[in-house]
Amino acid sequence: MKLYIPMDSAAKALGADDVAEAVRREAEARDLDVTIIRTGTRGMIWLEPLVEIDRGNGREAFGPVTPKDVTALLDGTLDGHGPVENIPFFARQTRLTFARCGVIDPLDLADYEKHGGLAGLRRAIDLSSAEIVAEVTDSGLRGRGGAGFPTGIKWKTVMEAEAPQKYIVCNADEGDSGTFADRMIMEGDPFTLIEGMVIAGLGVGATKGYVYLRSEYPDAIAVMNEAIRIARAKGALGEDILGSNRSFDMEVRVGAGAYVCGEETSLLNSLEGKRGVVRAKPPLPALEGFLGRPTVVNNVISLATIPVIFERGAQLYADFGMGRSRGTVTLQIAGNVARGGLFETAFGITLGEVVNDLGGGTRSGQPVKAVQVGGPLGAYIPVANFDAPLGYEELDAKGGLLGHAGLTVFDDSVDMLKMARFAMEFCAVESCGKCTPCRIGSVRGVETIDRIARGDADAIPLLTDLCETMTDGSLCALGGFTPFPVMSALNHFPDDFATQKEAAE
Amino acid sequence: MPQTTSIPTDAEIAAILAEHKHREGPLLPMLHALQAEFGYIPTAAIARIAHLLNMTKAEVHGVVSFYHDFRERPAGHHVVKICRAEACQAVGGDALAEETLAKLGLDWHATTPNGALTVEPVYCLGMCACGPAAMVDDKVVGRLDAARMARILTEAGA
Repeated sequence: MKLYIPMDSAAKALGADDVAEAVRREAEARDLDVTIIRTGTRGMIWLEPLVEIDRGNGREAFGPVTPKDVTALLDGTLDGHGPVENIPFFARQTRLTFARCGVIDPLDLADYEKHGGLAGLRRAIDLSSAEIVAEVTDSGLRGRGGAGFPTGIKWKTVMEAEAPQKYIVCNADEGDSGTFADRMIMEGDPFTLIEGMVIAGLGVGATKGYVYLRSEYPDAIAVMNEAIRIARAKGALGEDILGSNRSFDMEVRVGAGAYVCGEETSLLNSLEGKRGVVRAKPPLPALEGFLGRPTVVNNVISLATIPVIFERGAQLYADFGMGRSRGTVTLQIAGNVARGGLFETAFGITLGEVVNDLGGGTRSGQPVKAVQVGGPLGAYIPVANFDAPLGYEELDAKGGLLGHAGLTVFDDSVDMLKMARFAMEFCAVESCGKCTPCRIGSVRGVETIDRIARGDADAIPLLTDLCETMTDGSLCALGGFTPFPVMSALNHFPDDFATQKEAAE
Repeated sequence: MPQTTSIPTDAEIAAILAEHKHREGPLLPMLHALQAEFGYIPTAAIARIAHLLNMTKAEVHGVVSFYHDFRERPAGHHVVKICRAEACQAVGGDALAEETLAKLGLDWHATTPNGALTVEPVYCLGMCACGPAAMVDDKVVGRLDAARMARILTEAGA
């Protein structure tokens, strides 16, 4: 009998290690022949710890499982969900990037290969640089970190740059609240990120890669480091990749708790050992990036999607999606939601479908009031705009931004003035200090919102004006986009900004 | 009172720095290694790093002070980081954080008088579908409530 128990940090945070230990003890006591395989998560976080048992007839899912359930689990008397693939939340997904996540042992390279891993790299090895870059361009893949810049164009710029050394830098500084896709794939299928980075290296002519991984993710750091060591030992990284006579190596670099380092230029400064201060562009990192060399800076999900594009072909990937948003989007359904987790699907699903149908409304059972889409710099979208399809341009048209596709649900107990204040406070804490509108504006923003809270209506136009200055006068998205949550809260939920004043009158 | 640690010697510091000197962009790995060993960045290390990397002491200090992770003095025996970000706020994370601080009689970044525990804010642990979340040393805990937090504090000796 095989048991699959996640080692994903969300599953562990909900007790997966205790469950695994209870299974081990119980099996020992009963003298049962049990193999425990630690996997990533299937992404249905409300069911974690989700345990799958294979008694010879395929995997059956149970969850959430507590150590107390283990006796019934092994007796075969515990109520389960049947195969994971039949759970509606899972059945409705299109898993391309996350196809292996939760299925395989993340650190078993042979299992990875058995599930389609390394096929993309083998194909890429036989292609020229230009063909590799063309494949990425044809797939329509756009940067999944939030900006949505076409990945193929970025790669082409780096490919065409002449330099003695080029780099692939993976942005794994997933600091946005409401997002966990990067963490989940690094913990659940790290070889796919490694393979994507190797293909990127072959495509643009880079031989060295760095994963800039935030320190808040100790489990992901450990898994990535181990996966890199294994890949190197088995010839998937290093001097002679899969016998191709081509070389690429990589390492993990740990961030140090600065949110702004998720911005690519401050990330590069941090990687170089400097303060994580934003750089002005141009020069583009593609031409003068890490140590002044041409550098591809891509998000984890962008790079982790590369292998499946090469394995199954650019056209297959591009056939999913709508408009200029091609392929799949890895939605992260978070916050006050009944069924939270990762949902990979073709672009185009509406916000309402995600929050109400898939998410099942709020965890608290209260009505939904707002959903923040795209992390701390994303807009709060009211229920009235739930018909918005989730695509880069489509959401833009509704005054929002898709960002890294995190959706944080709030019920009607949320005070939107408080959330607007938090956005400004967060910007003040995390500002790198380079641009005045961000560094000082955010502090003034907190004060101005406090004035509004005290009933000073004159402060409202001041806040609007301040937000315009921050939008226009900041180099990066931290100062430039903080007005999104602030102004969306003000515009869509004016009552939350007026109650104090009315009370005072 | 913070954790009592013996003062790191120059030789210990030099050995750690030497391990990372060859790397591209060696400063953050050096600082992480120092903090992993000593629990903070010893003042004596600043001048040594500056010399090694051909930087000014002010530049090195500028880097150390820029990042939330690096400490210039030791923390308590355990560090509890409570998530303050939006997804945790949506499920009562802010109330839990306020209660915890009030119970301990501490403000953010402060350490209990017995040196057992330091409480810090953190902005997202990637537990956004199972908040409120906190990290106790290197271990993440999800779906926290007051009772679970109380157990954590007791276990940490606060």
